[in-house]
Amino acid sequence: MDGLLHQLISGIASGGIYASVALALVMIYQATHHVNFAQGEMAMFSTYIALTLIQAGVPYWAAFCITVPISFAMGAVIQRVLMEPLAKAPILASVGVFIGLLLMFNSVAGWIFTYTLKPFPTPFGEGKPLFGGFISRHELGSTAITLVVLLSIWAFFRFTRLGLAMRAAAFNPVSSRLVGVPVNKMLALGWGLAASIGAIAGMMVAPVIFLDPNMMAGVLLYAFAGALLGGITNPLGAVIGGFIVGIIENLGGAYVVGTELKLTTALFIIVVVLTVKPAGLFGKTVVSRV
Amino acid sequence: MLLEVKALHGAYGESKVLHGLDFVVEEGGVTALLGANGAGKTTTLRAISGMIKVEGEITFAGKRIDGMATEAIAKLGIAHVPDGRGTFMELTVEENLRLGSYTRNDRAGIAADLAKMFELFPKLKERYHQQAGTLSGGEQQMLAIARALLLRPRLLLLDEPSFGLAPLIVREIFATLDEIVKATKVSILVVEQNASLALAIADRAYLLETGRFVMSGAAEDIRKDETLRRSYLGY
Repeated sequence: MDGLLHQLISGIASGGIYASVALALVMIYQATHHVNFAQGEMAMFSTYIALTLIQAGVPYWAAFCITVPISFAMGAVIQRVLMEPLAKAPILASVGVFIGLLLMFNSVAGWIFTYTLKPFPTPFGEGKPLFGGFISRHELGSTAITLVVLLSIWAFFRFTRLGLAMRAAAFNPVSSRLVGVPVNKMLALGWGLAASIGAIAGMMVAPVIFLDPNMMAGVLLYAFAGALLGGITNPLGAVIGGFIVGIIENLGGAYVVGTELKLTTALFIIVVVLTVKPAGLFGKTVVSRV
Repeated sequence: MLLEVKALHGAYGESKVLHGLDFVVEEGGVTALLGANGAGKTTTLRAISGMIKVEGEITFAGKRIDGMATEAIAKLGIAHVPDGRGTFMELTVEENLRLGSYTRNDRAGIAADLAKMFELFPKLKERYHQQAGTLSGGEQQMLAIARALLLRPRLLLLDEPSFGLAPLIVREIFATLDEIVKATKVSILVVEQNASLALAIADRAYLLETGRFVMSGAAEDIRKDETLRRSYLGY
């Protein structure tokens, strides 16, 4: 029983990471109708930036606060320089760019920081696990950070004028321009925001799985499974999907398939969702009269 | 003169649609742009809003706007209800209306204008929290007009407000438009295939045929001229 509870809590902790990356994927998907395969590698690169700062003597939270805006700028620049000229290009062109970005970030990271696994510090202390050993300090801290990030993003999109304009620009760029929304700026902001969320997820997961240029490959796959499970058109669904995948991964790994086949669960979920319910659990098929 | 267009040429890629249009929209009142399918009516509105590349001069309130970005033109006070109504289907009616006032910062003025829209279109108040995609065609047209008016435009471009709607709803919408013109200072440039409807509320009309004007004048004169109506407008 204790073991189950422990696995469940670990599942929620890693689920939060998947949920964040899933949200980043959905944000880009809604604006471009493509899945940004490079989302994970961008997050990995951001984490290296944080590590470099920390190794240079910058305190953890300062490094955190510097890395997020740098990642934001990186995302916005990628949209402006690479994606904007492709706005009207065929799908394959964008897919090509995403794959190119993935390979580029991966090899540049390997070239600069080498492929050796590096430990990444946790800001929450190494001490003993809390609450009778059920949850480590890092799990608790990173889950809290993840929840704060997800809630702020939700509130931003739900309650602010800028958030509404960003959603509008993603759904209907033509009408958005006609009411005065600068659509290209909104898309760049969206990319920046997605990259920032990814960066935070990267910094939260790195102390657990160690940092190397391939760190996010697995995470991205789980996140993608989560996004599909919840519904790639529904940000809240994707977040819930991310948590579900985290829990399934941990429980399944501990009791059903063993650690070797953990990643296969993610692929299994992707295949099942796509065959049984392509819109995902919460993905709505938008009703429209014409 | 609110809007002055000189030697306007427009094309989609290789195919030229507008062949040198000259026209004006005066401050206040309704100007109608009439013509059959494919005459270039929608393209003319798109040209004004900077949605296509154009040659020629477009001056709005003394300022050259040709070549400007669509969102910048909207900010100057040109609201455009595009063909197909441009509803944000995935968003709620409330969010659609909030987007209408995106360029404005006067909270009190926006709230007052929203109250006015509810008076003009009571249906929108009933459906305020509903997803806009579930609205009927007529309700979406009302939403589109309200969204455009919330920009507090000096010029309102309407692309075929009667399209796909039942005659009764069309009459209701045109009656409301007439009310709006009389109650506010907004000028309207309306594109219509249904000439009799448009001429009933218009002050001035231009008749477009394959990218060229074949006739223009006071709406009343055109309404009275039976030969003209029969040969060009088909009613």
